[in-house]
Amino acid sequence: MSQAASEGSSGGGSVQYIQHHLTNLCVGDCDPVTHQAAGFWALHVDTLFFSILLGALMVFVSYRLGKRLTDGVPGGFQNFVESIIDFVATQVKDTFPGHNPLIAPLGLTIFVWVWLMNFMDLIPVDLLPLIASWFGIHYLKVVPTTDLNTTMAMSLTVFVLIVFYSIKVKGLGGYLKMFLFHPFGKFLIPVNIVMTAIEELAKPLSLGLRLFGNLFAGELVFLLIALLSGGAALGAALLIWFPLQVVLDVGWLLFHILIITLQAFIFMVLTIVYLGMAHTSDH
Amino acid sequence: MNITVTLIAQMAAFIVMIMLVKKFLWGPVSGLLEARQKRIADGLAAAEKGKHEQELAEKRAKETLKESKSQAADIIAQAQKRASEIVEEAKDNARGEADRIVAAANAEIATEVNQAKEHLREQVSVLVMTAASQVLKREIDAKAHEKIIKDVAAKI
Repeated sequence: MSQAASEGSSGGGSVQYIQHHLTNLCVGDCDPVTHQAAGFWALHVDTLFFSILLGALMVFVSYRLGKRLTDGVPGGFQNFVESIIDFVATQVKDTFPGHNPLIAPLGLTIFVWVWLMNFMDLIPVDLLPLIASWFGIHYLKVVPTTDLNTTMAMSLTVFVLIVFYSIKVKGLGGYLKMFLFHPFGKFLIPVNIVMTAIEELAKPLSLGLRLFGNLFAGELVFLLIALLSGGAALGAALLIWFPLQVVLDVGWLLFHILIITLQAFIFMVLTIVYLGMAHTSDH
Repeated sequence: MNITVTLIAQMAAFIVMIMLVKKFLWGPVSGLLEARQKRIADGLAAAEKGKHEQELAEKRAKETLKESKSQAADIIAQAQKRASEIVEEAKDNARGEADRIVAAANAEIATEVNQAKEHLREQVSVLVMTAASQVLKREIDAKAHEKIIKDVAAKI
Protein backbone atom coordinates (compact mmCIF):
# COMPACT_ATOMS: atom_id res chain seq x y z
CA MET A 1 0.00 0.00 0.00
CA SER A 2 2.71 2.42 0.98
CA GLN A 3 4.71 1.58 -2.09
CA ALA A 4 1.87 2.40 -4.41
CA ALA A 5 1.14 5.48 -2.38
CA SER A 6 4.67 6.71 -2.84
CA GLU A 7 4.29 6.12 -6.58
CA GLY A 8 1.20 8.26 -6.48
CA SER A 9 2.84 11.04 -4.52
CA SER A 10 5.95 11.00 -6.69
CA GLY A 11 3.61 11.59 -9.62
CA GLY A 12 2.64 15.01 -8.27
CA GLY A 13 1.77 14.98 -4.60
CA SER A 14 -1.03 13.91 -2.31
CA VAL A 15 -3.78 15.81 -4.07
CA GLN A 16 -3.08 14.13 -7.34
CA TYR A 17 -2.85 10.73 -5.64
CA ILE A 18 -6.27 11.19 -4.14
CA GLN A 19 -7.68 12.68 -7.31
CA HIS A 20 -6.35 9.76 -9.28
CA HIS A 21 -7.93 7.27 -6.94
CA LEU A 22 -11.27 8.98 -7.07
CA THR A 23 -11.42 8.99 -10.86
CA ASN A 24 -13.58 6.42 -12.56
CA LEU A 25 -12.55 4.38 -15.54
CA CYS A 26 -14.43 6.54 -18.01
CA VAL A 27 -15.50 5.44 -21.46
CA GLY A 28 -17.33 7.63 -23.90
CA ASP A 29 -17.81 11.34 -23.43
CA CYS A 30 -14.79 11.92 -21.19
CA ASP A 31 -12.30 14.71 -20.65
CA PRO A 32 -9.02 13.40 -22.12
CA VAL A 33 -6.84 15.31 -19.60
CA THR A 34 -8.56 14.82 -16.25
CA HIS A 35 -10.32 11.64 -17.36
CA GLN A 36 -13.49 12.92 -15.74
CA ALA A 37 -16.83 12.50 -17.43
CA ALA A 38 -17.38 15.55 -19.58
CA GLY A 39 -20.99 15.00 -20.57
CA PHE A 40 -23.92 12.72 -20.00
CA TRP A 41 -22.80 10.02 -22.40
CA ALA A 42 -19.90 8.80 -20.32
CA LEU A 43 -19.87 5.30 -18.94
CA HIS A 44 -18.10 4.49 -15.68
CA VAL A 45 -16.95 1.03 -16.64
CA ASP A 46 -15.36 0.20 -13.26
CA THR A 47 -18.53 1.06 -11.37
CA LEU A 48 -20.59 -1.06 -13.71
CA PHE A 49 -18.08 -3.89 -13.71
CA PHE A 50 -17.77 -4.22 -9.95
CA SER A 51 -21.45 -3.72 -9.17
CA ILE A 52 -22.53 -6.26 -11.77
CA LEU A 53 -19.74 -8.63 -10.74
CA LEU A 54 -20.89 -8.48 -7.13
CA GLY A 55 -24.52 -8.81 -8.18
CA ALA A 56 -23.67 -11.81 -10.33
CA LEU A 57 -21.73 -13.32 -7.45
CA MET A 58 -24.69 -12.83 -5.18
CA VAL A 59 -27.12 -14.39 -7.65
CA PHE A 60 -24.74 -17.24 -8.41
CA VAL A 61 -24.26 -18.06 -4.74
CA SER A 62 -28.03 -17.89 -4.17
CA TYR A 63 -28.60 -20.15 -7.16
CA ARG A 64 -26.06 -22.67 -5.89
CA LEU A 65 -27.60 -22.52 -2.43
CA GLY A 66 -31.13 -22.78 -3.82
CA LYS A 67 -30.34 -26.17 -5.32
CA ARG A 68 -29.42 -27.76 -2.00
CA LEU A 69 -31.86 -26.06 0.32
CA THR A 70 -33.23 -28.29 3.03
CA ASP A 71 -36.19 -27.57 5.26
CA GLY A 72 -34.69 -29.83 7.88
CA VAL A 73 -31.78 -28.73 10.01
CA PRO A 74 -29.94 -26.10 7.93
CA GLY A 75 -26.20 -26.30 7.35
CA GLY A 76 -23.74 -23.50 8.05
CA PHE A 77 -24.13 -21.30 4.99
CA GLN A 78 -27.85 -21.89 4.63
CA ASN A 79 -28.20 -20.93 8.27
CA PHE A 80 -26.32 -17.70 7.62
CA VAL A 81 -28.42 -16.82 4.57
CA GLU A 82 -31.60 -17.73 6.40
CA SER A 83 -30.71 -15.43 9.27
CA ILE A 84 -30.13 -12.53 6.84
CA ILE A 85 -33.42 -13.20 5.08
CA ASP A 86 -35.21 -13.57 8.37
CA PHE A 87 -33.71 -10.27 9.50
CA VAL A 88 -34.94 -8.49 6.36
CA ALA A 89 -38.34 -10.18 6.61
CA THR A 90 -38.66 -9.02 10.21
CA GLN A 91 -37.82 -5.45 9.19
CA VAL A 92 -40.44 -5.56 6.46
CA LYS A 93 -43.01 -7.08 8.78
CA ASP A 94 -42.35 -4.45 11.44
CA THR A 95 -42.34 -1.35 9.27
CA PHE A 96 -44.39 -2.19 6.20
CA PRO A 97 -48.17 -2.07 6.47
CA GLY A 98 -50.18 -4.44 4.33
CA HIS A 99 -48.76 -6.95 1.91
CA ASN A 100 -46.64 -6.47 -1.19
CA PRO A 101 -44.56 -9.39 -2.47
CA LEU A 102 -42.02 -7.01 -4.03
CA ILE A 103 -40.95 -5.20 -0.87
CA ALA A 104 -39.04 -7.94 0.90
CA PRO A 105 -36.97 -9.03 -2.14
CA LEU A 106 -36.31 -5.35 -2.85
CA GLY A 107 -35.10 -4.79 0.71
CA LEU A 108 -33.03 -7.95 0.58
CA THR A 109 -31.42 -6.91 -2.71
CA ILE A 110 -30.60 -3.48 -1.37
CA PHE A 111 -29.21 -4.76 1.90
CA VAL A 112 -26.97 -7.48 0.50
CA TRP A 113 -25.95 -5.80 -2.74
CA VAL A 114 -25.17 -2.46 -1.11
CA TRP A 115 -23.28 -4.26 1.63
CA LEU A 116 -21.22 -6.16 -0.93
CA MET A 117 -20.48 -3.00 -2.91
CA ASN A 118 -19.60 -1.19 0.31
CA PHE A 119 -17.37 -4.08 1.26
CA MET A 120 -15.11 -3.25 -1.68
CA ASP A 121 -14.10 -0.29 0.46
CA LEU A 122 -12.36 -2.63 2.89
CA ILE A 123 -10.02 -3.97 0.23
CA PRO A 124 -6.71 -2.05 0.45
CA VAL A 125 -7.16 1.07 -1.62
CA ASP A 126 -4.16 0.49 -3.87
CA LEU A 127 -4.44 -3.24 -4.37
CA LEU A 128 -6.99 -3.50 -7.18
CA PRO A 129 -5.81 -0.34 -9.03
CA LEU A 130 -2.27 -1.71 -8.90
CA ILE A 131 -3.37 -5.04 -10.37
CA ALA A 132 -5.39 -3.19 -13.00
CA SER A 133 -2.40 -1.05 -13.91
CA TRP A 134 -0.49 -4.22 -14.84
CA PHE A 135 -3.17 -4.80 -17.46
CA GLY A 136 -2.94 -1.26 -18.76
CA ILE A 137 -5.93 0.14 -16.92
CA HIS A 138 -4.77 3.29 -15.20
CA TYR A 139 -7.94 4.52 -13.61
CA LEU A 140 -9.95 2.33 -11.31
CA LYS A 141 -12.40 3.16 -8.56
CA VAL A 142 -13.33 -0.12 -6.98
CA VAL A 143 -16.19 0.88 -4.70
CA PRO A 144 -19.35 1.25 -6.79
CA THR A 145 -21.20 3.03 -3.98
CA THR A 146 -18.65 5.86 -4.01
CA ASP A 147 -20.00 6.64 -7.47
CA LEU A 148 -23.02 8.91 -7.24
CA ASN A 149 -24.46 7.14 -10.28
CA THR A 150 -24.87 3.89 -8.38
CA THR A 151 -26.47 5.32 -5.29
CA MET A 152 -28.73 7.67 -7.23
CA ALA A 153 -29.69 4.87 -9.60
CA MET A 154 -30.97 2.86 -6.67
CA SER A 155 -32.64 5.77 -4.93
CA LEU A 156 -34.30 6.88 -8.18
CA THR A 157 -35.57 3.37 -8.78
CA VAL A 158 -37.00 3.43 -5.28
CA PHE A 159 -38.47 6.87 -6.05
CA VAL A 160 -40.16 5.52 -9.16
CA LEU A 161 -41.60 2.71 -7.05
CA ILE A 162 -42.78 5.22 -4.45
CA VAL A 163 -44.61 7.26 -7.08
CA PHE A 164 -45.97 4.13 -8.75
CA TYR A 165 -47.37 2.63 -5.56
CA SER A 166 -48.62 6.01 -4.30
CA ILE A 167 -50.70 6.38 -7.45
CA LYS A 168 -51.70 2.73 -7.43
CA VAL A 169 -52.90 2.80 -3.82
CA LYS A 170 -54.26 6.33 -3.51
CA GLY A 171 -55.29 6.79 -7.11
CA LEU A 172 -54.01 9.63 -9.27
CA GLY A 173 -56.48 12.02 -7.66
CA GLY A 174 -55.46 10.98 -4.18
CA TYR A 175 -51.81 11.41 -5.05
CA LEU A 176 -52.37 14.92 -6.41
CA LYS A 177 -54.59 15.76 -3.44
CA MET A 178 -51.67 14.91 -1.19
CA PHE A 179 -49.69 17.69 -2.90
CA LEU A 180 -52.57 20.15 -2.53
CA PHE A 181 -53.75 19.60 1.04
CA HIS A 182 -50.72 18.34 2.87
CA PRO A 183 -49.40 19.44 5.36
CA PHE A 184 -51.31 22.70 5.99
CA GLY A 185 -54.88 22.07 4.89
CA LYS A 186 -56.79 23.68 2.05
CA PHE A 187 -56.05 27.35 2.77
CA LEU A 188 -52.35 27.20 1.95
CA ILE A 189 -52.43 25.20 -1.30
CA PRO A 190 -49.43 26.91 -2.98
CA VAL A 191 -47.29 26.38 0.12
CA ASN A 192 -48.49 22.82 0.34
CA ILE A 193 -47.44 22.05 -3.21
CA VAL A 194 -43.95 23.35 -2.60
CA MET A 195 -43.62 21.65 0.76
CA THR A 196 -44.85 18.26 -0.44
CA ALA A 197 -42.75 18.42 -3.60
CA ILE A 198 -39.66 19.13 -1.49
CA GLU A 199 -40.61 16.35 0.88
CA GLU A 200 -41.06 13.85 -1.93
CA LEU A 201 -37.89 14.87 -3.75
CA ALA A 202 -35.91 14.81 -0.53
CA LYS A 203 -36.59 11.09 -0.21
CA PRO A 204 -34.52 9.88 -3.18
CA LEU A 205 -31.95 12.63 -2.75
CA SER A 206 -31.33 11.88 0.91
CA LEU A 207 -31.26 8.14 0.22
CA GLY A 208 -28.72 8.37 -2.58
CA LEU A 209 -26.60 11.16 -1.14
CA ARG A 210 -26.39 9.61 2.33
CA LEU A 211 -24.94 6.37 1.03
CA PHE A 212 -22.68 8.14 -1.45
CA GLY A 213 -21.45 10.64 1.15
CA ASN A 214 -20.66 8.07 3.80
CA LEU A 215 -18.83 5.74 1.47
CA PHE A 216 -17.02 8.53 -0.37
CA ALA A 217 -15.82 9.98 2.93
CA GLY A 218 -14.82 6.54 4.15
CA GLU A 219 -12.83 5.93 0.99
CA LEU A 220 -11.21 9.34 1.37
CA VAL A 221 -10.11 8.52 4.92
CA PHE A 222 -8.59 5.26 3.70
CA LEU A 223 -6.71 7.24 1.04
CA LEU A 224 -5.45 9.75 3.60
CA ILE A 225 -4.28 6.93 5.88
CA ALA A 226 -2.58 5.32 2.90
CA LEU A 227 -0.78 8.63 2.26
CA LEU A 228 0.78 8.76 5.74
CA SER A 229 3.90 6.74 5.14
CA GLY A 230 3.74 7.29 1.42
CA GLY A 231 4.62 10.94 1.90
CA ALA A 232 7.61 10.14 4.04
CA ALA A 233 10.87 9.37 2.33
CA LEU A 234 12.48 6.04 2.90
CA GLY A 235 14.36 6.39 6.18
CA ALA A 236 13.96 7.05 9.86
CA ALA A 237 10.67 8.89 9.47
CA LEU A 238 9.12 5.78 7.95
CA LEU A 239 9.69 3.96 11.26
CA ILE A 240 7.20 6.33 12.86
CA TRP A 241 4.73 6.76 10.03
CA PHE A 242 4.47 3.17 8.93
CA PRO A 243 3.28 1.71 12.30
CA LEU A 244 0.97 4.68 12.71
CA GLN A 245 -0.50 4.00 9.30
CA VAL A 246 -1.05 0.33 10.13
CA VAL A 247 -2.73 1.15 13.43
CA LEU A 248 -4.95 3.82 11.89
CA ASP A 249 -5.80 1.61 8.94
CA VAL A 250 -6.85 -1.30 11.14
CA GLY A 251 -8.83 1.05 13.37
CA TRP A 252 -10.68 2.65 10.48
CA LEU A 253 -11.18 -0.75 8.89
CA LEU A 254 -12.92 -2.09 11.98
CA PHE A 255 -15.00 1.04 12.30
CA HIS A 256 -15.83 0.93 8.63
CA ILE A 257 -17.23 -2.60 8.89
CA LEU A 258 -19.85 -1.03 11.12
CA ILE A 259 -20.42 1.87 8.72
CA ILE A 260 -20.90 -0.23 5.59
CA THR A 261 -23.37 -2.49 7.38
CA LEU A 262 -25.17 0.44 8.90
CA GLN A 263 -25.44 2.28 5.58
CA ALA A 264 -26.76 -0.79 3.79
CA PHE A 265 -29.25 -1.27 6.63
CA ILE A 266 -30.36 2.38 6.59
CA PHE A 267 -30.87 2.32 2.83
CA MET A 268 -33.00 -0.79 3.16
CA VAL A 269 -35.05 0.41 6.11
CA LEU A 270 -35.72 3.83 4.59
CA THR A 271 -36.77 2.20 1.33
CA ILE A 272 -39.23 0.01 3.23
CA VAL A 273 -40.49 2.98 5.24
CA TYR A 274 -40.94 5.21 2.16
CA LEU A 275 -42.76 2.47 0.29
CA GLY A 276 -44.83 1.81 3.38
CA MET A 277 -45.83 5.48 3.41
CA ALA A 278 -46.74 5.17 -0.25
CA HIS A 279 -49.00 2.24 0.62
CA THR A 280 -50.95 3.99 3.36
CA SER A 281 -53.81 5.87 1.78
CA ASP A 282 -54.19 8.29 4.69
CA HIS A 283 -51.04 10.33 4.48
CA MET B 1 -18.87 13.20 -9.83
CA ASN B 2 -21.06 13.79 -12.79
CA ILE B 3 -24.30 12.04 -13.30
CA THR B 4 -23.82 10.14 -16.55
CA VAL B 5 -25.41 7.36 -18.53
CA THR B 6 -23.91 5.06 -15.90
CA LEU B 7 -26.93 6.01 -13.81
CA ILE B 8 -29.29 4.50 -16.37
CA ALA B 9 -27.16 1.39 -16.64
CA GLN B 10 -27.05 1.04 -12.87
CA MET B 11 -30.82 1.45 -12.67
CA ALA B 12 -31.24 -1.35 -15.18
CA ALA B 13 -28.75 -3.47 -13.25
CA PHE B 14 -30.59 -2.76 -10.02
CA ILE B 15 -33.97 -3.74 -11.47
CA VAL B 16 -32.50 -6.93 -12.90
CA MET B 17 -30.89 -7.63 -9.54
CA ILE B 18 -34.21 -7.24 -7.75
CA MET B 19 -35.86 -9.70 -10.10
CA LEU B 20 -33.01 -12.20 -9.86
CA VAL B 21 -32.87 -11.97 -6.10
CA LYS B 22 -36.62 -12.45 -5.94
CA LYS B 23 -36.39 -15.50 -8.17
CA PHE B 24 -33.28 -17.21 -6.83
CA LEU B 25 -32.84 -16.07 -3.25
CA TRP B 26 -35.98 -14.66 -1.71
CA GLY B 27 -38.45 -17.00 -3.36
CA PRO B 28 -36.93 -20.36 -2.48
CA VAL B 29 -35.60 -19.41 0.96
CA SER B 30 -38.72 -17.61 2.19
CA GLY B 31 -40.85 -20.49 0.91
CA LEU B 32 -38.58 -22.85 2.76
CA LEU B 33 -38.77 -20.77 5.93
CA GLU B 34 -42.53 -20.73 5.72
CA ALA B 35 -42.64 -24.49 5.20
CA ARG B 36 -40.36 -24.99 8.17
CA GLN B 37 -42.41 -22.61 10.29
CA LYS B 38 -45.50 -24.58 9.39
CA ARG B 39 -43.78 -27.83 10.25
CA ILE B 40 -42.67 -26.50 13.61
CA ALA B 41 -46.14 -25.15 14.32
CA ASP B 42 -47.65 -28.51 13.36
CA GLY B 43 -45.18 -30.32 15.56
CA LEU B 44 -45.94 -28.05 18.50
CA ALA B 45 -49.67 -28.49 17.95
CA ALA B 46 -49.24 -32.26 17.78
CA ALA B 47 -47.19 -32.21 20.96
CA GLU B 48 -49.85 -30.12 22.65
CA LYS B 49 -52.52 -32.51 21.45
CA GLY B 50 -50.51 -35.49 22.65
CA LYS B 51 -50.08 -33.91 26.04
CA HIS B 52 -53.78 -33.20 26.22
CA GLU B 53 -54.58 -36.76 25.24
CA GLN B 54 -52.17 -38.09 27.79
CA GLU B 55 -53.87 -36.02 30.46
CA LEU B 56 -57.23 -37.37 29.36
CA ALA B 57 -55.94 -40.92 29.39
CA GLU B 58 -54.50 -40.44 32.86
CA LYS B 59 -57.81 -39.09 34.04
CA ARG B 60 -59.62 -42.00 32.46
CA ALA B 61 -57.20 -44.48 34.00
CA LYS B 62 -57.77 -42.92 37.40
CA GLU B 63 -61.52 -43.16 36.93
CA THR B 64 -61.27 -46.77 35.81
CA LEU B 65 -59.09 -47.58 38.78
CA LYS B 66 -61.53 -45.95 41.15
CA GLU B 67 -64.43 -47.78 39.54
CA SER B 68 -62.71 -51.13 39.69
CA LYS B 69 -61.75 -50.52 43.31
CA SER B 70 -65.35 -49.86 44.23
CA GLN B 71 -66.43 -52.86 42.18
CA ALA B 72 -63.93 -55.03 44.01
CA ALA B 73 -65.20 -53.72 47.33
CA ASP B 74 -68.76 -54.53 46.23
CA ILE B 75 -67.78 -58.01 45.19
CA ILE B 76 -66.01 -58.65 48.47
CA ALA B 77 -68.99 -57.39 50.42
CA GLN B 78 -71.33 -59.59 48.38
CA ALA B 79 -69.07 -62.59 48.85
CA GLN B 80 -68.95 -62.02 52.57
CA LYS B 81 -72.71 -61.75 52.66
CA ARG B 82 -73.05 -64.89 50.59
CA ALA B 83 -70.58 -66.73 52.84
CA SER B 84 -72.50 -65.87 55.95
CA GLU B 85 -75.65 -66.89 54.16
CA ILE B 86 -74.10 -70.23 53.24
CA VAL B 87 -72.97 -70.72 56.81
CA GLU B 88 -76.49 -69.96 58.04
CA GLU B 89 -77.96 -72.32 55.49
CA ALA B 90 -75.53 -75.04 56.47
CA LYS B 91 -76.42 -74.52 60.10
CA ASP B 92 -80.13 -74.78 59.27
CA ASN B 93 -79.56 -77.92 57.22
CA ALA B 94 -77.49 -79.49 59.95
CA ARG B 95 -80.14 -78.69 62.51
CA GLY B 96 -82.85 -80.22 60.25
CA GLU B 97 -80.71 -83.26 59.63
CA ALA B 98 -80.08 -83.75 63.30
CA ASP B 99 -83.79 -83.49 64.03
CA ARG B 100 -84.51 -86.02 61.35
CA ILE B 101 -81.86 -88.42 62.64
CA VAL B 102 -83.23 -88.08 66.15
CA ALA B 103 -86.78 -88.71 64.88
CA ALA B 104 -85.66 -91.78 62.91
CA ALA B 105 -83.82 -93.12 65.94
CA ASN B 106 -86.89 -92.58 68.09
CA ALA B 107 -89.07 -94.37 65.56
CA GLU B 108 -86.62 -97.25 65.41
CA ILE B 109 -86.52 -97.43 69.17
CA ALA B 110 -90.33 -97.56 69.22
CA THR B 111 -90.36 -100.33 66.62
CA GLU B 112 -87.75 -102.30 68.55
CA VAL B 113 -89.76 -101.89 71.74
CA ASN B 114 -92.90 -103.12 69.96
CA GLN B 115 -91.04 -106.07 68.48
CA ALA B 116 -89.62 -106.93 71.87
CA LYS B 117 -93.11 -106.72 73.40
CA GLU B 118 -94.50 -108.99 70.69
CA HIS B 119 -91.70 -111.40 71.15
CA LEU B 120 -92.19 -111.36 74.88
CA ARG B 121 -95.93 -111.99 74.49
CA GLU B 122 -95.25 -115.03 72.27
CA GLN B 123 -92.69 -116.32 74.72
CA VAL B 124 -95.14 -115.83 77.61
CA SER B 125 -97.94 -117.62 75.73
CA VAL B 126 -95.60 -120.55 75.01
CA LEU B 127 -94.51 -120.51 78.65
CA VAL B 128 -98.14 -120.42 79.84
CA MET B 129 -99.05 -123.26 77.52
CA THR B 130 -96.16 -125.30 78.78
CA ALA B 131 -96.88 -124.43 82.39
CA ALA B 132 -100.59 -125.20 81.98
CA SER B 133 -99.93 -128.51 80.22
CA GLN B 134 -97.56 -129.49 82.97
CA VAL B 135 -100.05 -128.47 85.66
CA LEU B 136 -102.96 -130.45 84.14
CA LYS B 137 -100.63 -133.24 83.11
CA ARG B 138 -102.90 -134.08 80.40
CA GLU B 139 -103.05 -133.35 76.79
CA ILE B 140 -104.87 -130.25 75.90
CA ASP B 141 -106.27 -129.74 72.51
CA ALA B 142 -104.26 -126.81 71.30
CA LYS B 143 -106.73 -126.11 68.65
CA ALA B 144 -109.68 -126.04 70.99
CA HIS B 145 -108.12 -123.76 73.44
CA GLU B 146 -106.25 -121.52 71.12
CA LYS B 147 -108.80 -118.74 71.58
CA ILE B 148 -108.49 -118.79 75.28
CA ILE B 149 -104.66 -118.74 75.15
CA LYS B 150 -104.62 -115.86 72.79
CA ASP B 151 -106.94 -113.89 75.00
CA VAL B 152 -104.67 -114.56 77.93
CA ALA B 153 -101.63 -113.61 75.96
CA ALA B 154 -103.35 -110.36 74.87
CA LYS B 155 -104.10 -109.52 78.46
CA ILE B 156 -100.37 -109.74 79.44
